[in-house]
Amino acid sequence: MSTASRPAASGATPATAAKAAPETTPKAVPRPTPDTRPFWDGAAAGELRVQRCRGCARHFFYPRPACPHCGSGDVEWVTASGRATLHSYVINHRPAPGFADEAPYVIAIVELEEGVRMMSNLVGVPADPEHLPLDLPLRVVFEPRGDVHLPLFTPAEAR
Amino acid sequence: MNIVIAGAAETDEIGRLPGHSTRQLHLEAARNALADAGLTKDDIDGVATVGTPGPVEIAHSLGIEPAWLDGTQVGGSSFLFHVRHAAAAIRAGMCRTVLITHGESGRSRVGAPRYARTPDSLSGQFEAPYGVLGPTSAFTLTALRYMKETGLTHEQLAEVPVAQRRWANLNPRAMYRDLITVEDVLASRMVAYPFHLLECCLVTDGGGALIVTSEDRARALGTRRPLVHLLGAGESAESPIISQMADLTSSAAFRRASRAAFAEAGVGHGDVDHLMIYDAFAHLPIYGLEDMGFVGRGEAGAFIAEGHTSPGGRLPLNTNGGGLSYTHTGMYGMFAIQEAVRQLRKEAAAQVPDAEVSVVLGNGGMFMSAAVLVLASHR
Repeated sequence: MSTASRPAASGATPATAAKAAPETTPKAVPRPTPDTRPFWDGAAAGELRVQRCRGCARHFFYPRPACPHCGSGDVEWVTASGRATLHSYVINHRPAPGFADEAPYVIAIVELEEGVRMMSNLVGVPADPEHLPLDLPLRVVFEPRGDVHLPLFTPAEAR
Repeated sequence: MNIVIAGAAETDEIGRLPGHSTRQLHLEAARNALADAGLTKDDIDGVATVGTPGPVEIAHSLGIEPAWLDGTQVGGSSFLFHVRHAAAAIRAGMCRTVLITHGESGRSRVGAPRYARTPDSLSGQFEAPYGVLGPTSAFTLTALRYMKETGLTHEQLAEVPVAQRRWANLNPRAMYRDLITVEDVLASRMVAYPFHLLECCLVTDGGGALIVTSEDRARALGTRRPLVHLLGAGESAESPIISQMADLTSSAAFRRASRAAFAEAGVGHGDVDHLMIYDAFAHLPIYGLEDMGFVGRGEAGAFIAEGHTSPGGRLPLNTNGGGLSYTHTGMYGMFAIQEAVRQLRKEAAAQVPDAEVSVVLGNGGMFMSAAVLVLASHR
């Protein structure tokens, strides 16, 4: 994971962190752990995988060994449809390392058809509130980042 | 057993303090709080502070031989947790007099821990890759959902810093004191839409400390300041990463912690004279007012815009100017407690007349943890 040299300094003071981040700093690259590996393996295969509880039939995300709803350890990985809606977002004007060329950019919380939410970026749509009504239908796309693939989202009608 | 805050003080100065290390800020605040109470370090047998530099280093630096330590670090609310934990420890007989310290070189970063999240952490895997840069681009993520569901307007969100600046205008220690208008807020630089610069907290250096003990012990020691009584406290937590909040428009941690605190205190919302709500960003006082039950769902924006939390209003809120105008070192909760103590002692810069009951809501992380204290000038 040599490319994951500098994670975004979540919690850093914006002013100092921005100054400390030269333009050449790469974007943060996630480093999978054993419990999250199926998610990242799925992304590399072009599938958005989340967990589902066999006990209560509910989906959940982020990866965990047991269902946070009913406590059952009988859980499985399933492939989500990739359909989602725009639940909330910000348009970030203070770029994180590696994002300077894209600022301002959209950081979103999307809600999957399966009911779970995750953070992501929106692509293929202007970073402009007029183009970003909440609950906008989205679909997943995958972007290579370091040696993993990141799920990003784009308006469902975009081709 | 009645629990009191017998001493409380901030560092001599707050703001830009490049000549102070993180540890110096802790120790200066600790010594100021001891002096405030009229106690010495030998009267202290319990120490609580966040993980860095931690209670061991603070106790040792001051020459305290602790019988009880608490290093709970759950974000800016930690110091409210420490008060609640100290009360329980004192009641359990584990210790008698607890020093709680905060010091943070948030602006100057002298002797300060790194903020780095490792790329294999939850945030490193599921948030940092999306270009999150600190709280400005993540804590703010809930607001548009709240606005859609409640009808809160951009102008009402901007009223929050406007109201708090009215308090800061009365406080010589506040970093920003000039009155501002909604137009000023909306014209300030966009940081993370829908948040403008003036809707985001300051980044400063400073510290504060508290002495918590039993009322009987305080009287036996002959502490020299008016005692502030802890009537009730509550704590809770929700998600470690903001994208996993169950409901982006309401904090479960705020709701649970405040419910516990009010239940223990045995007071109602109508009994509250003064309120402090941790305000890292302009939407927090709105969530806090609603999640603690001071106003109904979707009513907080109008409540603030109508002036009810401003000087002369019926529910004075963030009377030091808050994190938006007074100071915000990074873990602001200590300063919220300090202002409540000043108000209940009748020594605040912008004193609320007849303040007898004050409620303090501390947020930790980004809606990650919360604790609530119900404090009073008498029982």
